[in-house]
Amino acid sequence: MKEAVSNNLMEQTFRRLREAGETALMPFITVGDPDPDTTVDILLQLEQAGADIVELGVPYSDPLADGPVIQRASERALVHGITIETCLETAKKARNRGVTMPFVLFTYYNPMLQMGLEQFFTLLRQADISGLIVPDLPFEESEEVLRLGDEHGILLVPLVAPTSSERISLILSRARGFVYCVSSLGVTGERSDFHKGVDDFIASVKAGTDLPVAVGFGISNGEQVQRFSRICDGTVVGSAIVRKIEDSLPLLQSKDQREQGLLQIRDFVAQLKIR
Amino acid sequence: MKQVPDEHGRFGPFGGRYVPETLMNALIELEQSYRKYQDDPEFLEEIGYLLKQYSGRETPLYYAERLTKHLGGAKIYLKREDLNHTGAHKINNAIGQGILAKRMGKQKVIAETGAGQHGVATATVAALLGMECKVFMGEEDTKRQQLNVFRMKLLGAEVVPVMSGTRTLKDACNEALRYWVSHVQDTFYILGSATGPHPYPMMVRNFQRIIGDETRRQILEAEGRLPDMLVAAVGGGSNAIGMFYPFVEDSDVRLVGVEAAGRGVDTDYHAATMTKGTKGVFQGSMSYLLQDAYGQVLPAHSISAGLDYPGIGPEHSYLKDIQRAEYYPITDQEALEALQLLSRLEGIIPALESAHAVAQVAKLAPKMKQDEVLVICLSGRGDKDVESIMAYTEGGAEL
Repeated sequence: MKEAVSNNLMEQTFRRLREAGETALMPFITVGDPDPDTTVDILLQLEQAGADIVELGVPYSDPLADGPVIQRASERALVHGITIETCLETAKKARNRGVTMPFVLFTYYNPMLQMGLEQFFTLLRQADISGLIVPDLPFEESEEVLRLGDEHGILLVPLVAPTSSERISLILSRARGFVYCVSSLGVTGERSDFHKGVDDFIASVKAGTDLPVAVGFGISNGEQVQRFSRICDGTVVGSAIVRKIEDSLPLLQSKDQREQGLLQIRDFVAQLKIR
Repeated sequence: MKQVPDEHGRFGPFGGRYVPETLMNALIELEQSYRKYQDDPEFLEEIGYLLKQYSGRETPLYYAERLTKHLGGAKIYLKREDLNHTGAHKINNAIGQGILAKRMGKQKVIAETGAGQHGVATATVAALLGMECKVFMGEEDTKRQQLNVFRMKLLGAEVVPVMSGTRTLKDACNEALRYWVSHVQDTFYILGSATGPHPYPMMVRNFQRIIGDETRRQILEAEGRLPDMLVAAVGGGSNAIGMFYPFVEDSDVRLVGVEAAGRGVDTDYHAATMTKGTKGVFQGSMSYLLQDAYGQVLPAHSISAGLDYPGIGPEHSYLKDIQRAEYYPITDQEALEALQLLSRLEGIIPALESAHAVAQVAKLAPKMKQDEVLVICLSGRGDKDVESIMAYTEGGAEL
């Protein structure tokens, strides 16, 4: 088991970046928005734009932790009946098309529960998924998922929030892969202000773990990526990219302008990358 | 029977706390505050005073003689929660949580609402306690329940129409939770049903158990014995759990929950969580749930906005699984007929929610003996529904 974990692609990527003194750019996209084939094409663009690790969002009918942009993306994907299986098939297709960066699956708890946790982790391993984020599965409810993740070599990445305070050390004690710091109170979505005290919060998390620390929720432009890259090991950009995809829908869905739509997304992500 | 919930908020396998990390400390703080005040005589006295002098408790237990004769079976009593201030049982819980919010030093409260009864109750308590109040309501429901929207505004609350998802109660709950995540430091979420993450199902039950506690005292006085059956409508299940809980240990008392079958449990338009649902995690707790094979939550349908919900409180799921309570579906049509029956026979226009319980009794009572006794929880009055009932009975609107 130990070996399987140390061979984890995401851990390797963080190690490589740390040695090079770089931070990870970690885009989030909703799989199947607007359709699975386009997701594969977008993943290729993200990698070319310099993404280091990608979060693959499983669309869900009731995304409690998400703001309107990702809610709409979920709705668009669910029109096509996207399931966890579809998401994992999409990940495999992207691998076959040459995407090499690590995949982290972002899913609410109920869809994985309905599949059956054993089956879920088996499929994750087969699809070369490195890590797992479950936004509605707090520490207290996570024991079985963590155990199965360890057995299958899938890293259960915990979220810590500015309100976590004394829970931080508890959460860090069972963290795997990296620690995901929620930048602000609230749901996902672009914002101009972050929680005051966010720097102290991130510093306190960094002090409590040797794992990489990534920041997300609200990071939407290159300036903000720079700001947080100075104090952590990775930045997650979600809603801003999903909004870019939404804005590009007319292009993506037209035969002769599809390339242009994909390039728009690539350019947007490329300018987030610190070079 | 063992005490539920346990320290993890579990009712057997149900309940728990499945929420974003941002809310965890707020829920822990809420639970600690609640446990601190739960048995505090001053806290209980303050709530008791308001329940009596402000809401008009205790509510009567009324013997519905004409309904009893008409159905020709068990003796039927109505627990008149419709006579509460604001017209439904929701005020019991809103007063309790409002006073708790005050003790915790919170000046802002939020609530979700379906039919608008919990929204009105919360807006009322917020006005009484001088708190700022925001109520999240599905846009679809704001149309079905315009009167209640206006009542909330009169009471000084802001009504936020929710445009996401199915634009009904489930999405109002999502939006209230999302708002709470963003404003958790100064805002108290007054959750209206026996649903959601721990400690809400336990706390709401305890604030609503006054329904069952009074019923027990009143029926012993009237009949000299406990009833054979209690019947209550379940959406999330707060009036039902309030009625059932004090009787759970009395195994001779049948507990009957009535859920909304909408256009029928074999159509795609119902809210029959117990009849058609499966176990899953939804809005903070493990319970029965209307969902597809992939764990996506299915839209619910009911003529009654208060029952139009794909989930149910975890304690009800527990009572079902240990076979302590039974749950039956009633269609829109049956509920409408029962509403008219009760109106004509007893001069009481029930809320559409409560009419579901009456409809189930219309099926069960005739099969019971005349010396048997049952109590219906008449959870709310029908004034709010008059307009939409008119659309069906006079205007030919389709169910």
